[in-house]
Amino acid sequence: MQLSRRLLLGTAAAAATLPVQRVRAQDKATIKIGVLNDQSGPYRDTGGLTSAICAKQAVAEFNAQGFNVEVIYADHQNKPDIGAGIARQWYDREGVDMILDVPTSSVGLAVGGVAKEKDKAYINTGAATADLTGKACAPSIVHWSYDTYMLAKSTGGATVKSGGDTWYFITADYVFGHQLQEQTTRFVQAAGGKVLGSSAYPFPGTTDFSSFLLQAQASGAKVLGLCNAGADTVNSIKQAKEFGLQTRIAAMLMFITDVHALGLDVAQGLTLTESFYWDLNPRTRAFTDRVRPKTPNNWPNMIHAACYAGTLHYLKAVQQIGVAAAKKSGTAAVAAMKAIPTDDDAFGKAYIREDGLAMVPSYLFEVKKPSESKGPWDFYKTIQVSPPDQAWRPLAEGACPFVKS
Amino acid sequence: MVTIFGKPLLLLYGQLTLGLINGAFYALLSLGLAVIFGLLNVINFAHGALFMLGAFVTWGLLQYLDIGYWPALVIAPIIVGAFGVVLERLLIKRLHGLDHLYGLLLTFGCALVIEGLMRNQFGSSGVPYAIPSALQGALHLGFMVLPLYRAWVVIAAAAMCLVTWLVIDKTRLGATLRAATENAPLVQAFGVNVPRLVTLTYGAGVGLAAFAGVLAAPMNSVNPNMGSNLIIVVFATVVIGGMGSILGSIVTGFGLGIIEGLTKVYYPEGSATVVFVVMVIVLLVRPAGLFGRAA
Repeated sequence: MQLSRRLLLGTAAAAATLPVQRVRAQDKATIKIGVLNDQSGPYRDTGGLTSAICAKQAVAEFNAQGFNVEVIYADHQNKPDIGAGIARQWYDREGVDMILDVPTSSVGLAVGGVAKEKDKAYINTGAATADLTGKACAPSIVHWSYDTYMLAKSTGGATVKSGGDTWYFITADYVFGHQLQEQTTRFVQAAGGKVLGSSAYPFPGTTDFSSFLLQAQASGAKVLGLCNAGADTVNSIKQAKEFGLQTRIAAMLMFITDVHALGLDVAQGLTLTESFYWDLNPRTRAFTDRVRPKTPNNWPNMIHAACYAGTLHYLKAVQQIGVAAAKKSGTAAVAAMKAIPTDDDAFGKAYIREDGLAMVPSYLFEVKKPSESKGPWDFYKTIQVSPPDQAWRPLAEGACPFVKS
Repeated sequence: MVTIFGKPLLLLYGQLTLGLINGAFYALLSLGLAVIFGLLNVINFAHGALFMLGAFVTWGLLQYLDIGYWPALVIAPIIVGAFGVVLERLLIKRLHGLDHLYGLLLTFGCALVIEGLMRNQFGSSGVPYAIPSALQGALHLGFMVLPLYRAWVVIAAAAMCLVTWLVIDKTRLGATLRAATENAPLVQAFGVNVPRLVTLTYGAGVGLAAFAGVLAAPMNSVNPNMGSNLIIVVFATVVIGGMGSILGSIVTGFGLGIIEGLTKVYYPEGSATVVFVVMVIVLLVRPAGLFGRAA
C-alpha cells in the first residue's frame, strides 16, 4: 500500500514537470532552415555542401538572441519528384521553416509549388529560370543571385555592342537551355544582331560537341552562344579551343568553379556574368576569407554567396516579426524581408522587390590571361557593372500574378 | 554548293570524320568490355568508372609527379589495371560461376563507390588537363579543320584495337585464353593456371578502359561523372556487336560513331537516342547481335 502511494506521488510529480518543460521549449523556439540541392551530381560544386556552409556562416554571424537556428541539408539528385518530396516532408513533418538554394530549374519550380501551397518561405539561389519571379511567383518565394533574363541581358547585350552581331547557339535540350536561348535571342535582335542557327543537343548524355562546333563554324557566325551549364560548358569550350574556332564564345551561364575546372589557359578571354565575385571589394574579400577555411577547395560563387546573404536577411526578418509569426506564415516572413533593405558583405546594400527578386547588381567579367592572374582563383576582370534597375527584368514584364500593377 | 538533304557536302565530310573519331573511342571502350565479358563472363559495369580513373591518374601524374602525357599513356593503364587486378581478386572472383546478374550488380556497386569517393575528393566540376604540346595545332583537310590531337586519338585507338584483336585471335596466349573460356577444367589439366589468367585478363580489360581515359583527358572535362555519361552508349555498342565478340565491338563502335555523327547534323535532338534505336532494330532481327553466336 505504502509502496503504491509512493509510486502514485512519484508519477504525479513527474507528470507535473512535463508542462514546465514544454513551456521552456516554447520560450526558445527553433527556426529550421533546409538547404536542398545537388550534393552528388554535376552541380555539386556550384551548390552542394558549400551552400550549407555559407548558410551556417550566416547563422553564426547573426547570432540569434531569443531563438535557436538549425540548418539541415539534403540531396535532390536534380530530380523534380525527389526535390518536391523532400520539401513536402521538411515543411510538413520536420518543421522546416525555410528552404534554401534548390538548383536545376525543373526542381526549383517543383519546390516553389510546394512552398506556395504550404505558405512556407523559400529562398531560391541556385535555379536559373526567371519564372520563379514571373508566372510561377508566390508571395513566400525569394529569388536571389541570377536568372536567365539577367544573364541574357548582360552577356548577350554587351557582346552585340562590342561587335559580335551574328550568333550561333549550342543549347542543352531542356527548359533551362531553351529559356536562356530564347531570352538571349531577344537581346541580340533588339541590339540589331542576328541569330544564324542553333543546335539543341540531348541533355544529359552528350560529351562530344565537335559536331555542333563545326556546324557553328560553317554558319559563319561571329559569336558562339553556349546555353548550357557545368561539365557541358566545360566540354564545349575545351573542344572549341581544340578545333581552333575563331568565333568568340559567350558562355551564357558559367561559374567560377567552371573556370577553375577549365584552367586559365583554355578559359582566358571568355566573357560571363555573375552577381558575386570574391575579389570585388573589401567586403566580398572579408566574407570569402571567413568562409574559405571551411571549404578550402571550392571558393564561394554567386549561389553560395546568396545562400549566405539570403539566410542572414531571412533571420533579420524573423527577428523583426517574431519566431511564431515567421513559423506560421512564409508570406509574412518574406513580406518582412521585402520591407527591410538588405545589407551584407557579399552583395552590399540592396532590396527585395515586390515579386521576390533580390535587386543586386550584375557584373560582366572577362576571364584573365594566365599571366594576369596573381594567385589561386584570381580569375576575373570586371568589364561592366549593371545597376539593379538595369540588370533585371522590369517588374511589369514578369507577369507575376500576385503583383498588382 | 553540293548538298545532300539540304546539308552542304563539305559539312557532311567533316561530320563523317568526327563520327569516325568518336567511333574509335567507342570501339576502344567496348573492346575492353567485350574482352572481359568474353573471357570472364562478367558484365563489367565498373568500366566507366575505371575509364574515369584512367583520366584522373593521368591528371594526378602531371599534377603531383610532373609526369607528362606520353609516359602517362603507359603508366596510367598499368596503375589502373593493377587496381583492376585487386578488384578481381578481392571481389569479382567470389562470384565465379554465379548468374551474370550478380557480377553486374557487384561491378555497378563498385562503380558507384569509386565515383562517389572521387567526387568527394575532387568535386564534380572537374580538373584541367591540356593537350600535349607536340599535338597542338590542326590539319587543314580542305573540308574541315582536324585537330592533330583527334587524328592521334583515331590512330592510337585503331592501333590498340588491332593489337588486342591480334593477341586474342592469332597468338598462343590468345588461344589459351579462348580455350579457358570454353572449358576451364580441361585447360587447367594441361597445367595452365586459369584463375591467374582470368585475373590478368580482367586487369588487361581495365587497362584498355584506362588507356581510353588517358586519350580522353585532353579533350573532355576530367570529372568523376565522365565515365557514367559514356558507359551506356558503350554497352549498347557491345550488345549490338554481339556480347563478347571482339571484332563485333570494333566494327560496331566505328559504325555507331558515324551514325551518331550524321544524326547530329540532321536531327541533333535525337543523337543520344539513335544508338538505342539501332540496338532495338538489331536485337529484333538478330537477337545475338551482329557478330554474336546464338547461345
